[in-house]
Parts: sequence; C-alpha cells; structure tokens
Amino acid sequence: MATAYDIAVKQAEPEQDAGLPVVAVDNLHKAFGRQKVLNGISLSVSRGETLAVLGRSGTGKSVLLRLIIGLETPDSGTVCIHGQSIAGLAIDQMGEIRKKMGFLFQHAALYDSLTVAGNVAFPLVHHRRDISRSERDDRVKQLLAEVGMEGNLEKMPSDISGGMQKRVGLARALALEPEILLLDEPTAGLDPISSGEIDDLILKLQRERKMASIVVTHDLHSARTIAGRLALLDKGNVVIEGTFEKLQQSDIGFVKEFLKQS
Amino acid sequence: MSESGTSAVAVNTPAVPGPRVAPISGVADSTAGVVNGFFEWFGSLGIFSWRVFRAAVTPPFEWGELVRQLDEVGSKSLPLVAMAGAAIGVIISLEARYSLTRFGAKSMFPATLVYSVVQVMGPVITGLVVSGRVGAGMGAELASMKVTEQIDAIEASAINPYRLLAATRIMACILMLPLLTLATDACALLTGWFAQAMVEPLSFQQFIASGFNGATFNAFMPQTFKTAVYGLIIGLIACFQGMRTQGGAAGVGRAATNSVVLASLFLILADVVMVKFILVFFP
Repeated sequence: MATAYDIAVKQAEPEQDAGLPVVAVDNLHKAFGRQKVLNGISLSVSRGETLAVLGRSGTGKSVLLRLIIGLETPDSGTVCIHGQSIAGLAIDQMGEIRKKMGFLFQHAALYDSLTVAGNVAFPLVHHRRDISRSERDDRVKQLLAEVGMEGNLEKMPSDISGGMQKRVGLARALALEPEILLLDEPTAGLDPISSGEIDDLILKLQRERKMASIVVTHDLHSARTIAGRLALLDKGNVVIEGTFEKLQQSDIGFVKEFLKQS
Repeated sequence: MSESGTSAVAVNTPAVPGPRVAPISGVADSTAGVVNGFFEWFGSLGIFSWRVFRAAVTPPFEWGELVRQLDEVGSKSLPLVAMAGAAIGVIISLEARYSLTRFGAKSMFPATLVYSVVQVMGPVITGLVVSGRVGAGMGAELASMKVTEQIDAIEASAINPYRLLAATRIMACILMLPLLTLATDACALLTGWFAQAMVEPLSFQQFIASGFNGATFNAFMPQTFKTAVYGLIIGLIACFQGMRTQGGAAGVGRAATNSVVLASLFLILADVVMVKFILVFFP
C-alpha cells in the first residue's frame, strides 16, 4: 500500500499538462520599516503541485503567502495568478482572483460571532447566492465531514480546540472549490497526533482536488509528507529549492544545519 | 612649574559635569513627530473614507448586514437615549423654571423647554450618548476582529471588508441618529412637562400648543437631521480606529477609547460649523 511519502514523491513528478504556473512570484522584495523580510524571492507552483516553504521563524514565510493573496503589497517584484499580475488591482478586482484561492490562517482566524457551520457557510452566503439554503447547508455538512467536523455544526469557535479550529478553517478555505490553496503553518501548535491527522487530511484533499498548494511550515516532517517540492528560506532569500533528496544532498551549511536540527 | 617653563597638567582630575540642557533638536523632532502624526492620521482617514464610499455605492450590497446594524445601532440604543432624554427634560425644566420666574417670564416656559431640547440639547446629548455606546462597541468589535485576523480572513474570502463591515455600520449610524434624536426629544419634552406639571397645573395639550406656537420647519427639522452628520462622524471614526488597530488587547482598548474620544470631539466641533450653516441657510 502506498505511504504518504510515496504519494508525495509521485506528486513531485511534473504534470504532463502543467503549462504556465498557476502561481508565479518573481523577484519579490518586502520590508517593514528597516527590517528587510523578503530579498528577491522567486517561486512558482503548477496545478496539482504542492510546494512547502520552510525556514526559521521570522524569515518571511507568512509574509510571502500574504503577498500572494494580496493582503500585503510588495515593495518590488511581481505576483502572477494564472499569468495575471495582481499589482495595482482594486479590492473588488482582486476579489475575483481570490475566489479561486483558499487561505488557511495560522490561527484559523474563525469568525468568533458565527458557529462552525456559519463560518464554513460564510463564503457561500456571499458568493453563491444562486444556490438554495438547503443546498448550501448540504454543502457545509459535506465540507465539515471531509475534515472530520460533522458533529460540531452548532458549536462556537471558542468551544473547540486549536486543531479543530484548523480543520474548520480548512473547510472554509475549500468552500468555493479553489484552484489554489495557501496554508500558513497548518500544524503549528498541534500535538504530533493532531499534526499527522492534518497532514493526512491535506494529502487526501490534494489527491482528490489537484489544487496548486503552497504550505508554509517550519515542520520538516510535515513538509516531507505533504509536499513534492521544498523551498528553504533564509534572510529573505531562497537558499535551495527542490525535492527532499536534493536538500539532503546539498553541501550548503545552512541547509545541513536546518535538516540536522529538524 | 617644570624646568622647561611649562606647567604640569593634572591628567586624573574628574570632569565637572555641566548644567543639563535639553537639546533644541530633540524638541523639534518631537514636534515634527506630532505634526507628522496629525497629518498621517487625517490622510489615512481620507483614504479610508474614499474606500468605504466606493464600496458603499458599488454592488453587491450587504442588505442583510445593514439590517443587522440598524438593529444594533437603533433598537439597542433606544433605551439609553430615552433615559438620557428623560433626565435632560427634568434638568432643563427645573433650571428654566427658576430662571424664567426670576425674570417674570414664566409663560415662556413651554417654548423655552421645546426650543432648548429640540434645537440644542436633544441632538447633542443623543450624539454623545450614541458616540459612547456605539462608538466604543464598534471600535472594540472591529479592533478585536483586526488583531485576530478575522478582517484579513474576510478579505481573503473575496469579500470587501469596507463594504461588509464599515459601510453598513456607517449607514446604520447615519440613518438611526435622527430617529434616536426624535426619541430623545420626545422623552425630554414628556418629562420636562411632567416636572413642571408637578409644581403648577399645565395640561400636556396646553404645553405642546404653547411650546410649538409659531414653530416652522426651519426651527426644528434641520437641527434634527443634522444628527445624520453626527452618525457619519461616529460610524466613520469608530470603523477607522477599529480596522487599523495593531497591538493585541492593548490595541483593542486604545481603539475603543479613541473611537469615543475622537468621535465626541469631532461631533462637537462639527456642531459649531453646522449651527452656523443652519442659521445661514435655514433662518
């Protein structure tokens, strides 16, 4: 039976119909005041591919995701989604692009005034006004069942654990059936068992939906499990990019140290 | 004196510290910082206002959220403004009766109470009470959403937060303030009459007829509708302060406090301008 790692290796094989990258980031620079966070990052992800962005805390991994979804504006460089640059787009124009993207925040960022079901239904309420209420409710139940939260529809976010909040956040990110999935530290703060469950869930969803995914994490084990390609950041630059084997064979001191400590 | 003719210099004498003088450059830097912050705040408010306006006039409109906010701002503020109005009515009644009796103008009491409440006290008290309740609540709610990334999550879900959160709240404040002012005025006039009637028999019909005798549209309506501007100020300041919050729980507290303080301040300053405007255009 194929292991999670075998599936991840399979994912690393190039898609025959990959074509243009779905997400392409070119020479991105971003600073907050005098602190330079990204110093010329270039990355791309194609359909069906999962890229894990690794690095020490504070190296700009989360900022990279925020730049891709347009929550931050780069100082220079370009972000292209399906070949279209998002620079200078108005918020409503950016909204049309965001409908194709799902974002899982590091702390889930659930709406604390809505129930679990209300949170997952939120994007559907605003963007799928063509479907009836019962169809929407069915879709919400289906999404929550996919993430193992079908028994918690009426609970409030404050009543569920951090791992459960991440699952609900993931269900919400998948509500509009995105083509691109951005995951910010999906296993941060979770115990090893919960982390493994989240990793298996992400793998399952990727296998079924063939999305282009970018996962930001400092957990090397998790990155190996769910991603076919890894990019290691340090001081705002990509130190190395490739499969896990490539990282293992690297002679770069920082890479060796990162692998050794992980 | 040494043999070479020069004086020996003691090298180990400790330096005597001079008097403390704040450098002029430090004061100038502080002043520049304050002035810079002042203009930065107004500039950011201008950009925020433009984004909210553009979101408010372009579809899809958030009618459901607007209705929810009308209830939050209007219905839930009603008991508070009614109580404030009732208190003001009694206070003005007691004070006015004493002054008018002293100057032999007791018969002017109904008109004095009506004009004082409807033209001045009712709108201002309503604005300040709502600024405290709604301004603090909105500022804190949005600030809490900001620091927990809920507003970012809304934006990442391809929903315009300026339309969903800010425009609906500001519209609710604009629409509800005049209605709440009418409620304040009604309660103030009722309790003002009651306070007077306890001392001297005066029917409510007589009170109203005397109080509104000779009243015109210009005497009352502009003063009531100007509270829509108060609503704009309260909603705009509260949403602006809330949605730009940083710094966790402390930031939420600052946002709530600043929302109330700044909204109240701007409301009073705006009243100065609007009173003059009304006197000129609605004589």
